[in-house]
Amino acid sequence: MKVLVTVKEVAEVEDDFEIADLDVDPRYLEYDLNEWDEYAVESAVQLAEAADEEVEVVSVTIGPERSEETIRMALAKGVDRAVRVWDDDIEAAEFLDVASKVRLLEAVVAEEDPDIVLSGVQAHDTGFGATGVALADAIGFEWGAVVNALDIEGVLNDGVARVHRELEGGIEELTEIDLPAVLTIQTGINEPRYASLRGIRQAQSKEIAPKTLSDLGLDFSAVESELFLTDMYEPETESDATYFEGDAGEQAAALASALREKGVGAE
Amino acid sequence: MSDVLIVAEHRRGEIRDVSYELVTAGRELADATGGDLHLAVVSGDVDEFATRLNLDGVDAIHTVDYGEEFNHDVYAQATCALVDDIDPQFVLMPNSVNGLDYAPAVANRLDLPLVSDAVGMTFDGGLTVTREMYGSKVETTIEVDAERATVTIRGGEWKATDADGDADIAAFDFAPDESAINSTVTGFEEVAGGDVDIADADVLVSVGRGIEDEENIELVEELADALGATLSSSRPIVDNGWLPKNRQVGQSGKVVTPKVYIAVGISGAVQHVAGMKGSETIVAINTDPNAPIFDIADYGVVGDLFEVVPELIDEFQ
Ligand SMILES: Cc1cc2nc3c(=O)[nH]c(=O)nc-3n(C[C@H](O)[C@H](O)[C@H](O)COP(=O)(O)OP(=O)(O)OC[C@H]3O[C@@H](n4cnc5c(N)ncnc54)[C@H](O)[C@@H]3O)c2cc1C
Ligand SMILES: Nc1ncnc2c1ncn2[C@@H]1O[C@H](COP(=O)(O)O)[C@@H](O)[C@H]1O
Repeated sequence: MKVLVTVKEVAEVEDDFEIADLDVDPRYLEYDLNEWDEYAVESAVQLAEAADEEVEVVSVTIGPERSEETIRMALAKGVDRAVRVWDDDIEAAEFLDVASKVRLLEAVVAEEDPDIVLSGVQAHDTGFGATGVALADAIGFEWGAVVNALDIEGVLNDGVARVHRELEGGIEELTEIDLPAVLTIQTGINEPRYASLRGIRQAQSKEIAPKTLSDLGLDFSAVESELFLTDMYEPETESDATYFEGDAGEQAAALASALREKGVGAE
Repeated sequence: MSDVLIVAEHRRGEIRDVSYELVTAGRELADATGGDLHLAVVSGDVDEFATRLNLDGVDAIHTVDYGEEFNHDVYAQATCALVDDIDPQFVLMPNSVNGLDYAPAVANRLDLPLVSDAVGMTFDGGLTVTREMYGSKVETTIEVDAERATVTIRGGEWKATDADGDADIAAFDFAPDESAINSTVTGFEEVAGGDVDIADADVLVSVGRGIEDEENIELVEELADALGATLSSSRPIVDNGWLPKNRQVGQSGKVVTPKVYIAVGISGAVQHVAGMKGSETIVAINTDPNAPIFDIADYGVVGDLFEVVPELIDEFQ
């Protein structure tokens, strides 16, 4: 059995930042493994650990060389090997929309032939929340979005993913999904492990296979998007907040009197 | 070809708010394209839903009487069949948990671009969508260089339409490919009630990831005690197991409307704000002056919670 887990390196913006052209100036960006994918990786590794048979966990990332640092984190937590898709054409692409990413991931699925694909609900930076389900439809898999509980035994023994889908307002939907399937994993589904020292050491020697468009039998048309990002700006603040200035003590004193006026802390 | 199709959302017999907002967004777009607004209602008591969704600005309602609750395979198939029939220029769906469970499949199957989580849309010969990035810290405009597209809209961004309308209501002749329905909804579960109901509290001290460590939770507990408040939190605190699920405020937790809501180290992600924006007075304590929580705050403290909170506790002791 094989599990493919999609792993994105996401950019996080520092508190103070500037926008240069159409993105946040990279000087103000830090990179990290997408929070949702961290949970997807943990689910994938738990599946492998629970199985009697050999289960291989492979990760796939569309990202530049820099993202290998993020990929190593996934490898250190138990992913067996990684695929990283990138080349100059992808680098030059104006906007990697969901459809473009799906064309690349679809080609990787064709090579890897997984039984189940785990992705995150959303990428924290771009927040499309759509890649997993679109991929499922493209590769003819069944799917489930926003999964916050997964019965691992069912996956291993019955060919069915019995899941909870986390709906709005504290309601969960219980769903049975036939495999093969793509599940988009929600935070809180498990407790992602910390990488052990041994894991970190082992990760150094695990394979990260680079793949170009042509390796995947694709050309630049695969990353031609119909969507163009034409502007990025800091939203005009709608805030009419009263800010308390001064040091922490002064701020706290001013806030305390505002709170007392609202009746807070009255005996 | 200039028409707009919107797909309504319902759950366990209730039409969801975003459906009424879709009518507004869809009508605005159809006015700009010069087309008709079509509304689809799929599964459940479709006749009852159609009557209630017969709202101002809707030209035609198509009912798909198949199944009870949401099933993504049925929704994807029905939406694609309707698109074949109506030939709309734009398909608008909700950016809800269920919307995200079928809209990307619809886009893929129809080979149309998808712009998700729209907070604004304009049409001037071509469609331009406004959406946020980087946890709501920036806004972007996305130009759609295609004749047709699919869009999911964020809840709460468009006003709801409630005025009655006079749409044509017709049953849509739809027989799904049942061999392609490979998922089954077997039930629903309500998540843990537990010891406290944060929705009952007059004052909430709500803690977020800025607290960094489980052992620091004590500090905000102390603040809550000093203020006579109840402790609630954002999602990561619950995901980490530092507080029980019944303390979570937000889209997938509780919706709260206390007199005073004090957000400590919470950024103000849209799914969090969905659960607390109705609070009478909102206070935010955050080191990041650009944190989106300040956009909805009445009182702001730009500062380190580990310095401000102890001082605040002192003020009330
Ligand atoms: C389908 C779905 C449903 C979701 N449902 C919910 C939900 O119900 N509720 C919910 O809350 N989230 C929900 N989320 C998650 C949401 O998107 C955010 O990830 C989450 O709200 C972030 O929580 P946070 O603000 O505590 O953490 P972060 O976004 O990490 O923010 C931490 C904040 O603390 C500040 N900070 C750091 N250090 C300090 C310090 N020393 N002093 C003061 N401030 C400091 C930082 O500046 C930052 O603004 C959902 C997401 C999805 C996709
Ligand atoms: N560049 C990428 N490389 C690998 N996986 C990705 C990439 N972008 C998105 N994904 C996967 O798709 C999920 C949803 O992303 P999105 O639809 O972009 O919000 C993420 O949590 C990842 O698992």
